[in-house]
Amino acid sequence: MAEHEVYFASERQLRIYKARKIITQVLLYGFLTLVGLFILFPFWYMLITSFKSTAAFEQEELSGKLVFYLHSKNFSFEQFQKVFSGNFSFGTFYLNTVIVAVCSTAFTVVTSVLAAFAFARVNFKGKDLLFTVLLGTMMVPGEMMMMTNYQTTVQLGWQNTFAALILVHGVSVFYIFYLRQTFQQIPNELFLAAKVDGYGHFQYLWKCMIPIAMPTIVTIMILSLMGAWNAYIWPTLIASGKNPVLKSMGIDHSMRLVSNGLMDQFAGEFTNDTPARITGSLFATVPLFVFFLIFRKYIMRGVSRSGIKG
Amino acid sequence: MENTLNNNPGGLQAVDWDAKLASLGISVRKELRTKRRSFIMPEWAKGWIALIPALIFLILFMIYPILNTFVMSFVNNFYWVGNSGSSFVITNYIAALNNTRGGITVSWGIENYIKVLSDPVFQHALINTGLIVIVSVPLTIVISLLLAVCLNAIKPLKGLYQTIFFLPYVTNTIALGLVFNAMFSSSAGSFFNVFLGWFGAKPQEWLTINAGRWNMFVVIVIYAIWNGLAFKILVFMSGLSAIDKQYYDAARIDGSSKFTIFRKITVPLLSPQILYITITSFIGACKAYSQVIALFGSGKDNFGGSDQKQWITVVGYIVKLINSQNDSATGRGAAGCVILLGIVLIITVAQFAVSKNRVHY
Repeated sequence: MAEHEVYFASERQLRIYKARKIITQVLLYGFLTLVGLFILFPFWYMLITSFKSTAAFEQEELSGKLVFYLHSKNFSFEQFQKVFSGNFSFGTFYLNTVIVAVCSTAFTVVTSVLAAFAFARVNFKGKDLLFTVLLGTMMVPGEMMMMTNYQTTVQLGWQNTFAALILVHGVSVFYIFYLRQTFQQIPNELFLAAKVDGYGHFQYLWKCMIPIAMPTIVTIMILSLMGAWNAYIWPTLIASGKNPVLKSMGIDHSMRLVSNGLMDQFAGEFTNDTPARITGSLFATVPLFVFFLIFRKYIMRGVSRSGIKG
Repeated sequence: MENTLNNNPGGLQAVDWDAKLASLGISVRKELRTKRRSFIMPEWAKGWIALIPALIFLILFMIYPILNTFVMSFVNNFYWVGNSGSSFVITNYIAALNNTRGGITVSWGIENYIKVLSDPVFQHALINTGLIVIVSVPLTIVISLLLAVCLNAIKPLKGLYQTIFFLPYVTNTIALGLVFNAMFSSSAGSFFNVFLGWFGAKPQEWLTINAGRWNMFVVIVIYAIWNGLAFKILVFMSGLSAIDKQYYDAARIDGSSKFTIFRKITVPLLSPQILYITITSFIGACKAYSQVIALFGSGKDNFGGSDQKQWITVVGYIVKLINSQNDSATGRGAAGCVILLGIVLIITVAQFAVSKNRVHY
């Protein structure tokens, strides 16, 4: 912990000090490793179960002898075939989710940057009042908007469309607030200098503020993509199916996203086929995992910073 | 060009740019320049232009729905006028203000609230949510604080452990809920029963229809902890890294024990983060919904048990009303939302009040 030199009265004291330090470190690593295993185990379980055939899995469940590792004897791609073929396939869910995630992120970034810029840099009447009102809405649980939004969306004819999934929750007060904080940290002098150089407000935004605030904007993009990937309640409500006949049978999945596709289609279809459900979960998890490993630094910094400021 | 620049070495004298441009063959029409200047937009207009895209959507999909929910909750016989899809939602509002809806007089009152609060299912949901909040939130906070302090005390592999602990944050709640559902299945070979077997315990039913209420609760709490650690550890870690090392050195010179250091230095200096995490996780746990249905793993309305309502939560109750898409449920759903908002506000205010003297900024 401390880099300072420590002086001891005797050899014996030094030895005790060193021994205690080692024991503490061993205990620390032991505890952290235990918790780490607790965190990692569900992922490992997901992975090994996806490679088991249903028959082998059921055999293990009944006999009470769970195989905790990938075993060449029961290695099977049966589940992967199930997930990507048949009545519905994960391909549709993926495509829908990617479309919604990319479009809603673009929409969020454009609207948030403009609004945050107005709140941070432009002076106009009613700005502070408006900002306070918007901040106040951050307290309100999302369920409160759902009933009216459902009706509005139906009236607009947006049921089972991408518009409903992209636009309705596209603008987030939290992202506006987060970006405004970043914009406000940019010194005023820079704006005045740009003004002297003949830049207008929007030129200044485009040429100075956006490049400076890029780390925050990237963080917002990532958080928004992750949010779209994990959205469940709203998509379930508004995109329950286009075709009334198929919908009544509960098998219309043309507008499903990964989360509700997994829950409402997979869980229903494969009630008794656990490995197939787990494989569905694997496919819902892996893209986000890869994404996380690529953008790890941005994600962790963004989450902790936006957390502190909340 | 070169010559003209050399003639003016200081560059400070006033330059007649028009004459200079004219010498280069460029003519400047003065009246055009001044005219352009008068077109410059006033600042407030720029502000509103930048705000409008966000504001349109915020008003339509956030401000209006919030207000509308309050109104709906106080209309005893609420129903949507424009259900045919022919009119805009706002017509409902106008009709209500005119005190008539499709010929029926609107009756204002608190009937919806009475109906919701006296509904045994809602009371059950309230108790369930309360139990989840009271047990899972303090446990998760204590464990994550402990983990953050431990992480802060190691050097090699720190980044690796931090990344591992963060993984649950980037996973899909539904997907991992289904995995937990399988790990806690009731057969003898399910992971948790095998695990218990190592300690000599008998296999139990965890999430099935016949499982005991408290067995289900154990799984819900374990999943809540697993899911909730990531964010809290990260926030605590960034708070810990901001604490001045001098405090620790001073305490060590004084011969304070590790526990005293933790209690007297770490916790007080971390109190803003602890307050923030406490409030957000209490509110988050009050809204528990998708993790519960994911654990039971058979559809959006199944909260476990033979009546599928064993662990129904407040949000689950509201979502069920909204999902029913039936006019008589709308008013009750709105009342449920307002009650939820009330609970969230009370928790926030209470925690600010309690922590007033204990948080050191």
